[in-house]
Amino acid sequence: MGHNRVNQSRRNFIKAAAAAGGLLATGIVNPFNAVIFASEQPTDPTKPWWGYGIDIEKCIGCGRCANACKTENNVPREPFYFRTWVEQYTIKNDGTVQVESPNGGIDGFEQIVPDDEIFKSFFVPKMCNHCHKSPCVQACPVGATYDTPDGVVLVDESYCIGCRYCVQACPYGCRYIHPEKNVVDKCTLCYHRISKGKTTACVEVCPTHARILGDLNDKDGELVKFMKNHTCLVLKPHLNTGSKLYYNALSGEVR
Amino acid sequence: MPPQLKTLIPLFAIFIVLFLVGRHLVVPESFGEAGHYRFNSIVENAEKPLQYADKDACNECHEDYVMEMESDMHAGLSCETCHGPGFAHYEEPDSSRLLVPDQREFCGLCHQRNFNREKKLAQIDLKEHYPEKKCIECHNPHLPWDITE
Repeated sequence: MGHNRVNQSRRNFIKAAAAAGGLLATGIVNPFNAVIFASEQPTDPTKPWWGYGIDIEKCIGCGRCANACKTENNVPREPFYFRTWVEQYTIKNDGTVQVESPNGGIDGFEQIVPDDEIFKSFFVPKMCNHCHKSPCVQACPVGATYDTPDGVVLVDESYCIGCRYCVQACPYGCRYIHPEKNVVDKCTLCYHRISKGKTTACVEVCPTHARILGDLNDKDGELVKFMKNHTCLVLKPHLNTGSKLYYNALSGEVR
Repeated sequence: MPPQLKTLIPLFAIFIVLFLVGRHLVVPESFGEAGHYRFNSIVENAEKPLQYADKDACNECHEDYVMEMESDMHAGLSCETCHGPGFAHYEEPDSSRLLVPDQREFCGLCHQRNFNREKKLAQIDLKEHYPEKKCIECHNPHLPWDITE
């Protein structure tokens, strides 16, 4: 009997300790949630929550999006500064994958692989994924890059110290250091346009409507409809970045 | 009150005031209003100048061209895809003219034969398809299947 009683009290003690420990742990961890999840999904579904869709099946690789983006946002014309660019993927019959992006696709593409060696080939436009758990936002030491309440990752040019941490943190390679301003620069989802009710420059000029800008909160909106009608994937889902750039017909070869 | 506190309390008070003054000077206005960033930066980003207008803007004056284009294969294309950014022209029509690209290479950006897009749109080989002529000499770019020669 006594033996039993000791066991019982030990069990109770462990239970109480576990509960107290759990409470303590959540109490300590909770404030850091803001760091772990740099921003959360919007609580107000009546406001826009911007997302983006790209239909790889429709893209013809004309590079007008990359060109328009450079014009709209004064991106340096050198062939290694891009806010958006297009890649040509060629998967050969022997399984090797060839990826090229001469000047981001602005001057067009040439398929040098002979037709009978190609298993499949497609164009993949790339740009900032406007992640809602952005690695870049978490990496910024000064709060110069942030996620707006409407789900766009922006850079505060006057506050950025040009430390390049975010350039390294972005798994999609979507950031660069502006050579004149010496601060980081990236796709703003044409924030100056979408806040005035216009669409982004890349969506405006895309001749095949392969690019879709939309509000993920608008359940009848164009983007939500696109996502319902197609099997959409995001890039590098295993990184849990909360990407809001959805691709239709995304092949496993695309990195 | 113990005598130690009498010296320590003013000292601490000075430190706290100094910290608050320093923080006020260092932390920019509107920082932290919505998160760990300067809230005014959102406004600054939203105020950048536009370069591209949009098709609705073109349609305000050039409805004839827009209607013409909607009747052929180039329906759905934005004017600025070929003619370039037009917001300055939209604001002051006389101040700037838009591009009228006439090089074969420009049309080739979409229509040069490429394995990737062969089944999606009309494809030609720029080297073989009337190499001595400009595309727009035969094809009206607004009505590409309206061939003049």
